Parts: sequence; C-alpha cells; structure tokens
Amino acid sequence: MSVAILRHGDYLIASIRADLSDGQLLALREDLSRRVGDERIRGIIIDVAALDVIDSFVARSLRSIVEAAALRGAATVIVGIQPDVAIAMVQFNLNLESLRAVLDLDEAVAALDRLTDPEDDPDAG
Amino acid sequence: MRDEVRIAIAADADLIPARAEGRALAERQGFSRTDATLIATAISEVARNIVVHVGRGEIVLRALDERARCGVLVLARDDGPGIWDVERAIQGFTNSSGPGLGLGLPGARRLMDEFELDSQPGTGTTVKMIKWRSRDELELLRERRRRRERAD
Repeated sequence: MSVAILRHGDYLIASIRADLSDGQLLALREDLSRRVGDERIRGIIIDVAALDVIDSFVARSLRSIVEAAALRGAATVIVGIQPDVAIAMVQFNLNLESLRAVLDLDEAVAALDRLTDPEDDPDAG
Repeated sequence: MRDEVRIAIAADADLIPARAEGRALAERQGFSRTDATLIATAISEVARNIVVHVGRGEIVLRALDERARCGVLVLARDDGPGIWDVERAIQGFTNSSGPGLGLGLPGARRLMDEFELDSQPGTGTTVKMIKWRSRDELELLRERRRRRERAD
C-alpha cells in the first residue's frame, strides 16, 4: 500500500506522499470509497502537507475523492495545503468548492466532528 | 556556461524530477519560493499533457539572463500527432472531454508570463513558456561591482 491510511475512531486519515503516481491516486479513491462502506467510516481526512506541487490533475483527483466519499455518506476534510501551493491552485480556475480545507489535524478532527454530528447545529459553533 | 536542463518525459513518475529541476533552476535565478512553486506547477501541467496525450517527449529548462530581468524558459516538446485545435486547447474546455487538455494548458498559461503553443498536425507540439523576474537597482549594482572586481 503506497498511501498510509490510519483509522481514528469513525474516521480515516490518508497521508498522500509526494511521489504518488496518478494510478495510485485513483486507487486511493477506490480504496477510500470502499472502506467507507465496509468499515462504516463517517469522515475522511486527506493530508497533503507532503505535496510541494498540486497541479490541476491532482486537484481534480482530490475533488473526485471528496465527491465519491460524499456519495457514500462520508465527509472529507483536506489538511496541510502549503501556502505557495494554495496560491498556485487558485490560478487553475477550477471549482474547488467541495474541498473543505483546514490547517492541521486537530482542526480536521474538530471539523469532521461538527460535520458528522446530526445533533449539532453547524451555525452554532 | 548556459544553465540548461533536459528531462525525458515518458511516464507520470518523470513529472517529479521535472518539477524538482524547475524549482531548483527558479531558485538559482533568484525567484521567490512562491514563484518557484508556480513555475514547478506549470511544468507539471505541460509534462502531464505530454504523458496523457502523446506518451513521450521532453522538457527543456533554460535560464534566461538579460540586463534588467532574468527568467526561466520552459520548453515542452513531443513528436505526437499535434493538436488539431490550438485555440481550443489554450482556451480550455469547460466541460472537458479528455482527461488532461481541459485545464492543463490554460492553467499553465495563467501561472507563467509568456505562453506560446506551436503545433501542426503530424509534426508534434512545442509549448514554450517563460516566467520573468525584474532585477532591482541593488542587484544590478552588486553585479557591476562583481564585474569590476573580476576585471581588476
């Protein structure tokens, strides 16, 4: 397995390595989408801190991972987008609205807690 | 000596050294970290374009040095079938059919200062792009001093 996926309660944490190939990125989408159902996962955290470049292909792959997971009933949060990478990503003119991003792992867990708790009013917090 | 690097592109794994060489050259040319990232991202887009649409080609990176500015030139070449609709490839498709062409080239164009696409059916495609950095007075002054010292 080329991406380390850790389990944290009902959540999965996937850390993407810098040298991940396109094929491995697509395999990650399948793997995450399958595990959401098999293991009753409610939230996914994708850590991209190791990526010093996110080009339009990788950005779209992340988006498709998020959207596929959403259709399986899991919320996804992206963590660790480098500041320079963020500046480059806005140049693509890609619709990245489905990418919910936070700065670190603590925030990612807190965001998923809010998103996956049906009792919680999202406007309250 | 001319600062030039060539990277053969045949698989998506080749994008990694292409991006790394581009970032290193940008830093040698005095670009900021952010600009080096923009250049590396643009290289990734054009290199990926080669992998997805043609299969193989090469990336040439060259340092440009003028009196008042310096830059990084990126050439992406392939011997593929060529792009039949250059205008459309640059403008980008909104609801893209193909996997890469939709956003790669327009994205790269926005990341760089100059962008030219030369393609004829049957003779392959060359993308040429440049990012410039203007040199300030202090930098020019230091260079003049260096040159004077060397002459003495």
